[in-house]
Amino acid sequence: MIRAKSYKERFFEPFALICTFFGIILLSIFIINILIDGLLRIDSEFLTNLPSRKAEKAGILTAWTGSLWIMVSTALVSIPVGVCAGIYMEEYSSKNKLNTLIEINIANLAGVPSIIYGLLGLEIFVRVFGLGNSVLAGSFTLSLLILPIIIVATRESIKAIPRSIKDASYALGATKWETITNHVLPYSVGGILTGVILAVSRAIGETAPLIAIGALAYVPFVAKSPLDEFTVLPIQIFNWTTRPQHAFLINAAAAIIILLVITFILNGIAVYLRNKWQKKVSY
Amino acid sequence: MNNIIQVDNLFVFYNNKPALKNISINISPNAITALIGPSGCGKSTFLRVLNKMNDFIEGCRMEGSVNVDGVNLNDSKLDVETLRKKVGMVFQKPNPFPKSIFENVAYGLKIQGFTDKKFIQERVEESLKQSYLWEEVKDNLSDSALSLSGGQQQRLCIARTIAIKPSIILMDEPTSALDPISTAKIEELIRSLKEKYTIVIVTHNMQQASRISDYTSFFYMGDLIEFGLTEQLFKNPKEKSTENYITGRFG
Repeated sequence: MIRAKSYKERFFEPFALICTFFGIILLSIFIINILIDGLLRIDSEFLTNLPSRKAEKAGILTAWTGSLWIMVSTALVSIPVGVCAGIYMEEYSSKNKLNTLIEINIANLAGVPSIIYGLLGLEIFVRVFGLGNSVLAGSFTLSLLILPIIIVATRESIKAIPRSIKDASYALGATKWETITNHVLPYSVGGILTGVILAVSRAIGETAPLIAIGALAYVPFVAKSPLDEFTVLPIQIFNWTTRPQHAFLINAAAAIIILLVITFILNGIAVYLRNKWQKKVSY
Repeated sequence: MNNIIQVDNLFVFYNNKPALKNISINISPNAITALIGPSGCGKSTFLRVLNKMNDFIEGCRMEGSVNVDGVNLNDSKLDVETLRKKVGMVFQKPNPFPKSIFENVAYGLKIQGFTDKKFIQERVEESLKQSYLWEEVKDNLSDSALSLSGGQQQRLCIARTIAIKPSIILMDEPTSALDPISTAKIEELIRSLKEKYTIVIVTHNMQQASRISDYTSFFYMGDLIEFGLTEQLFKNPKEKSTENYITGRFG
């Protein structure tokens, strides 16, 4: 009996270790592969050239500026809406059936496939609102996609504030507005920001909903206003990988490196903020 | 003597279950009134009636007439924030804001719209002195309040409460989370505060009630069983259940 147990003890740990490394190893292989293919392709011209039919002249200027446009405008739309919705659900709504229904639905929305949001955006923003294939239509569509993430992050960080802190504020004669702006938001801002950054970094990696609203078109200029047409990095990558010439695949690898760098930087900021906030506010 | 708090035929219900039944009590100004009784007897509920903190509990409803420092709590136009500026509260667990010591004490003044820096500084110093904390923190006012010990945090919470000069201070078992030395300091502080403030304190500790209070009321199962001068209540309780409780036969 004792031997049997020691076998399990001996074999489970390495097995769990392999499981742990499964994802990391695959990701490393992928990244190394991409780096070998694309690293040498990245130079200042690659970043400043417009797309071209000739692979060696093609650049990602429209794609990365488009991604930047989308990132900033999506954040501007989704942060106020998502944070206010989260505050409402935590601080104002009472526990009745309607609110329970809303809560369940927001949790469900987070699981809806992104292409569905794309079709919704196509119908509402592109057609009904007549925004066309514009930065604005894209950012509204992606905002819908990431709103549930921001709402959930906001609610979780507000929930982490002990009731006793809010009681202290109310007992001093603070109004609800004062309590929210002076205490609830400042103490939860780290958690909210972490959620927002992760959500935005997801948004800039999304392809399907933007293809659905028509952003797949060839865009030979840099967007100058939110109503201009745009393209983004993932779409540019998708575009290049569908070409038969090998040189375009190298371009795609190089663009993937740039996209990964942006995503890793955003995630790094999120981790940094979370750690900093946890040190500052602990009850 | 005029009573600062007058309660007549007060009922409080949680989801239609009575938590307080027909309570009538008058509380004198500049005195310490202790509320004692076993857990769940309604003493904390009663305390939270006085600054309307029960409003945050869903399904909680009150009936009867309550007058606190000239404010009728049944008034439909009652401004709860104004009431709470008159009736401060210190909680069971020290609950300083995760801000600096100075900001904690200044917060009540800030929301009242005071902006004069000198005035705020003086009031913060005065409040910290009154709560016997000044000597310990005067060089570290910008440190986080969370770096203080539990007893210091509770004295900070008292300083925060008196900074806005309420007329009444409610205390909900303010020493139950503290060690004996911190408790002794807080008790001394409470006694010194009665010159300026009316204090209503809930306590589980009967020695504490007899040490610091002028009046004591004994609650049991939502009823106010007995109310009177502390000395009388502890020496010659009129009711059998009061005697059983204070001699430690139950509770």
